[in-house]
Amino acid sequence: MSQNENVSKPYLRLKNISKTFPGVKALQNIDFDVRLGEVHALIGENGAGKSTLIKILAGVYKPDAGGILEVDGVEYPSLTTKESMHHGIIAIYQDFSLFPTLSVKENIAFSEQMDSKGWLMNWREVEKTARQALDNLGVKGDLNIRANMLSTAKQQLVAIARALVYDAKILIMDEPTSALSSGEVDALFQIVNKLRDQGMGIIFISHKLDELFRISDRMTVLRDGLKIATAPKSEMTRKKLISLMVGREVSDERMLGEGGSDVVLEVKNICKKGNFEDVSFTLKKGEILGITGLVGAGRTETIQALFGLNEPDSGEIWLEGKKISPKSPAEAEKLGIAFVPESRQTEGLILQQNVENNITLPILEKFANKLMRIDFKKRRTRAEELIKQLDVRPNYPHMETSKLSGGNQQKIVIAKWLATNPKILIVDEPTNGIDVGAKTEIHKLLRSLADQGMAVIMVSSELPEILAVSDRVLVMRQGRVSAIVDGADADQELLMSHSVQGGLHGHDKKGQEAHHE
Amino acid sequence: MEKVNNNPPTIGDRVIQGIRKDPRMVFLALVLIGLIVLMSILAPGRFLTVRNFKNMGFQMAEFGILAIGMSVVIMTGGINLSLVSSSMLGAIVGAYLMRALNQAGTMSDWSIILIGIASILTVSVLCGLVNGFFVAYVGVVPMLVTLGTQTVFNGISLNITRGSGISGFPKVFQKIGSGTLFDIPYTLLIYIVVILIAWYLVQKTPWGVHVYMVGGNEKATRYSGVNTKKVLTLVYVFSAVMAGIAGILMISRYNSAKADYGSSYTMMAIAATVLGGTDINGGSGKVWGTVMAVLILQVLSSGFNIIGINRNITDIVTGLILIAVLSINHFTSKEKIRKSK
Repeated sequence: MSQNENVSKPYLRLKNISKTFPGVKALQNIDFDVRLGEVHALIGENGAGKSTLIKILAGVYKPDAGGILEVDGVEYPSLTTKESMHHGIIAIYQDFSLFPTLSVKENIAFSEQMDSKGWLMNWREVEKTARQALDNLGVKGDLNIRANMLSTAKQQLVAIARALVYDAKILIMDEPTSALSSGEVDALFQIVNKLRDQGMGIIFISHKLDELFRISDRMTVLRDGLKIATAPKSEMTRKKLISLMVGREVSDERMLGEGGSDVVLEVKNICKKGNFEDVSFTLKKGEILGITGLVGAGRTETIQALFGLNEPDSGEIWLEGKKISPKSPAEAEKLGIAFVPESRQTEGLILQQNVENNITLPILEKFANKLMRIDFKKRRTRAEELIKQLDVRPNYPHMETSKLSGGNQQKIVIAKWLATNPKILIVDEPTNGIDVGAKTEIHKLLRSLADQGMAVIMVSSELPEILAVSDRVLVMRQGRVSAIVDGADADQELLMSHSVQGGLHGHDKKGQEAHHE
Repeated sequence: MEKVNNNPPTIGDRVIQGIRKDPRMVFLALVLIGLIVLMSILAPGRFLTVRNFKNMGFQMAEFGILAIGMSVVIMTGGINLSLVSSSMLGAIVGAYLMRALNQAGTMSDWSIILIGIASILTVSVLCGLVNGFFVAYVGVVPMLVTLGTQTVFNGISLNITRGSGISGFPKVFQKIGSGTLFDIPYTLLIYIVVILIAWYLVQKTPWGVHVYMVGGNEKATRYSGVNTKKVLTLVYVFSAVMAGIAGILMISRYNSAKADYGSSYTMMAIAATVLGGTDINGGSGKVWGTVMAVLILQVLSSGFNIIGINRNITDIVTGLILIAVLSINHFTSKEKIRKSK
């Protein structure tokens, strides 16, 4: 592997790039460059701004005014997708963006056909182009097979081949190894090295530190939309990288409780193929159990099993001494389990309906008399109570939910479950896309619910959030419980090291990972 | 602070409130009144007659009831293309039984009719359960499920009847479709009762609210602990019961049952639903809106008929009105989205 640090000028250079979304500064004053013939790793926690950065490079997002994108010596305030592609900046997203029902050759030579002026497809040309691209990668394969019939690894090759046809100078690979076996990863790395040696610049995004140290020449760390560091691999260590990723040890104000009393829920060795494996934990009355891990670690899948959305293949779930196996949310609700899903827009709320309809949905049947007639007055009163209890603003029951802010929408989702008086409240990424003020409000709310005796499970990718409220923290990695630690003992570095493959200790040392409670 | 008004609202206040709450109903009512006036002018002395309104009452009921059955399905974001074929399958089975029992001659007319009606409703409920099962539990798209069952139900009907009509019911059975009470057709009375029941179920019960919620976002509704499969199944059963009632009225009016009766009603029912303000994507709509749309379509077709305009022209006009209303809907809802942003 050559360490191409002598390559002269960067092909791509970002100066002072920022991107603001309503209420969120996704990127702030980023300087970043990529040279031809290097693999540049981009690292950061979920939400650090990696995706935003890629999308700016690909021309999907327009950065805020004031920054400069310099490509091949030309300066732009922002790129369009067309300009970006014209300069050979090609992104391969996690889903590869292939046309699933089209053949391999059609996928690879797609651009060529788009550009051709004629009315008819020149199939011979398509085949030639596709074959050439695959040959260049050193891959043989059937050109006529449909893309969705291929394995993930092969689909990825098709996507890379397509990038070659686009004449890629800078190839962006977003978590390219997340769905690959280790053999496939080796094969991919061979190709990546080959492309680098041919003079391509590659931006490589991954959570797997081992891989980053294997493949990259330079590394750039992002955190909370800021660039923290760029350094050659030789100057980085695993430990340094983790501490750069998570930042200062000092976290926000902590709201820890007494730590709970009686065990309410006991999960014993539940497994679901491809989702989670051998997951066990307990949950006590009055505590908040934080569950964290990287995206794809199986957190959501696990808690969905408790809510009847993802039945485990094996293992047992015990609620207050009774074995349960909820098969639908309706059953879970009857058992006293409430679930605030990750996406309030598509799973939590019926957006075009009003607040009253949403907030009373799980308890609607309680307002009906023997003739099934809803007592609308009673329902209105209850809705108003709930709105007041959680301080939803504005406090109109008849307001369309889509018009409320994210924080207030989330309060409605929580309120509708509080109305059912649940034993267990499960919240998945409760402050996703919510501004800082409302975040703290939600945290306080969860804490006060726990203090009142509710058992709370909070899934979150944001470590500061986990640390802010969790009495205990369960870390998942690749579908398994990698650690359960006391909230008071936890810090970001510890949690991150349990989250990433290899972690601080290099390779898995299962024996050393504490399962203390 | 707003001034508190302790006076009871006057009729004027209520009307204004009503207009504000539901401008679409007002729009439909205006269209209806406008059409009645127009027809009265175009056909003086012939449209505004008791006889004509009685005729409309006879014709409207079966279509109106089918339209309600369609509307509730569309409110969930689905569609029921098998509506009329389940109606006729039930009716044919009932007709077959009634004829056989009538020929045997051992039972009283009333018990035969009762058995006939019960069997019609039973068969249509079964049809509804089949649709509901595939939509809610198997998860097939409603349009495909009901397209399939439409063909199946129709095929069974044809197989039973060999393509011809079944007649020979007890004489009294005809009364349902052609009798009157103080000059008001029974069918119209039945239609009104059905409207009231449907309005109550859809607008006043938890099931009705769930229908709208499922139509708005099935996943979020399910995630709120609502058994959406049950809600959906009941929707298709409700739709089928409407079909069954309409089937009874139809074979009584024609005094025979045939597989292809009412075949144009399916599309017309969809048209009435949409014209009445139900979003084809689900989540909104009112029973009264559909009723209003049925009235409009009925006035249109009766009026044209009296004036002597060709039936085909009536179809063309109906189609054009539908397209116009949908286009208006499209632009007004776009406006709404733009404003909310």
